[in-house]
Amino acid sequence: MVAILASQIGHGLVPAPEQGRARWPRARRFWGVTAVEQIAKLVAVLALAVAVLYVVGFTLWTTWISFTDSTLLPNYTFVGIKHYTRLLQTRIWQVAYANLAIYGFGFMVFATAIGLLLAILIDQKVRAENLLRTIYLYPMALSFVVTGTVWSWLLNPGIGIQGFVRGLGWTGFSFGWLVDRDMAIYTVVLAAVWQASGFAMALFLAGLRSLDADLYKAAQIDGAGPARMYLRILVPAMWPIVIAVLVILLQFAIKTYELVRALTAGGPGIATTLPTTVVYDYMFQRGLMGAGSAAAVMLLLSLLVIIVPYAIYRRLSARRRIRHG
Amino acid sequence: MAETPALSRMGLYGFVYPVLIGFAAFFLLPMVVVVLNSLRSFEEITQSSVLGFPRSFQWRNWSEAWSGYCMAGNCTGIRPYMWNSLVMAIPATIVSTLIGAVNGYVLSLWRFRGAATLFAIITFGVFLPAQMKLVPWAITLRELDLSNTVRGLILIHIIGGISFTTLFCRNYYVNVPQDLIRAARVDGAGFFQIFRRIIVPLSPPILIVTVIWQFTNIWNEFLFGITFSEGANRPVTAALMALNANIAQAREYGIESAAVLLAAMPTLLIYIFGGKYFLRGLTAGAVK
Repeated sequence: MVAILASQIGHGLVPAPEQGRARWPRARRFWGVTAVEQIAKLVAVLALAVAVLYVVGFTLWTTWISFTDSTLLPNYTFVGIKHYTRLLQTRIWQVAYANLAIYGFGFMVFATAIGLLLAILIDQKVRAENLLRTIYLYPMALSFVVTGTVWSWLLNPGIGIQGFVRGLGWTGFSFGWLVDRDMAIYTVVLAAVWQASGFAMALFLAGLRSLDADLYKAAQIDGAGPARMYLRILVPAMWPIVIAVLVILLQFAIKTYELVRALTAGGPGIATTLPTTVVYDYMFQRGLMGAGSAAAVMLLLSLLVIIVPYAIYRRLSARRRIRHG
Repeated sequence: MAETPALSRMGLYGFVYPVLIGFAAFFLLPMVVVVLNSLRSFEEITQSSVLGFPRSFQWRNWSEAWSGYCMAGNCTGIRPYMWNSLVMAIPATIVSTLIGAVNGYVLSLWRFRGAATLFAIITFGVFLPAQMKLVPWAITLRELDLSNTVRGLILIHIIGGISFTTLFCRNYYVNVPQDLIRAARVDGAGFFQIFRRIIVPLSPPILIVTVIWQFTNIWNEFLFGITFSEGANRPVTAALMALNANIAQAREYGIESAAVLLAAMPTLLIYIFGGKYFLRGLTAGAVK
């Protein structure tokens, strides 16, 4: 599915290998070659085995531990789905998912909207296109720790924007989201949008530029005005890319951890706790490996709820395309 | 290449540059703030705010951040942590890329039965949240006696990177014509010879993308770093967070700003000089 996504969004982003460059020397056959061959094959089998074992093994291992009473050390006695039912009833887990819903929705909507807007505007033959693109995308090269730290300063009421505006003379100015239980989750949205909007722009720009120029020409010949061209051509053609970007951003939101830790540390109180921070808290703060693993498995299930339907949708629409030629 | 219909014909052109420049300011603001603060004195920042132009340039902040500032009792600046990150990221990047190239080669050009399934499984690793790997790694590192070592983190990043590197390389090699391989086999070339003489010479474009992707991710990674290392063994992201959480003493925003910039420097430089490859990796690995 990754391949499908990549090929759809970044059509030809990575150029195909050049052909016919390798010149083949006359094959040598002496005893050394076969030894090297055998070792190379062994290495390849091992590499593949490690890659598969890592994914399957670690997933099953964590799942297994989630059904046990492991605390600081693993303890492999089966206790059923106890941790799952308990976790679903704890307030912190419910708050974490409520926060994820607000954050995920806000982040998806704003990052997509800003990304699409910037992509369309940058595609108007503007000057300094490269410079602008570089500026929009550079946050993606930064660590979330850096982003979170810097935004925590800017949003700090004493030392940040609020302090600055008050220093200018507007002493009644207030911008204290970071320390406000109801608003703190929106600071996470803000910082995440700052980090990822340029990325959404890059995906949309690649999509816009891969559209077939003939579509526009045909519409122009038909006498369609620019507004109608947006509606009739751009919107349907961009629709699959918008969905792809939404899915990518949503799974990015579900996995968000470092940003919250650096920006708000889950606070004030538990106002910006996310499922990822709860997992960490259970595993390493409270030393509840079994319960923490159950939380991690639920996190994975949340991801699958997004990704599996999307993969099926992709496969169906690919099949439809083939059928209709 | 298609042009997006011109907004100018809709009478909206006047709005293009203000919006583009406004967003550029939004994206640049935090960086500008950090750069300016890295040159401001402690008193200046704490008496006003982090938004301001330096009254006099405090270059001392940078040398303090690099090798003098105290974090958790160690007055070493961030230099040793930068070194840890470098010693961790370079070997992990190289080894995971090599393994990815071999895996990609096997999965794309030696299409044995089950290759597609194996590839799907490995790709699934790209989606797997880090939280699913924490407990197995904690146990594995303990068993291998690698807890709280940089070597342990290298191991984590090598194995953890294979899903991405395999994905990148496989999707690239799958475009190598099968005829090329077939012809080489007729000439008597084996598994390793084909890899060395055909695949490796074709690989630089994808290897650059993979190396940049891996290095950036490993350098910026935080969760494994903070979980599986302590004190002097921390990578720079984890050390920065410790600095951040150091609420007992008054915050030295100037020095911290310089430290943040130093920690962000390697990946920023890669982005500025290898932006094209960075973007390719980002788009190909979009599902992270």
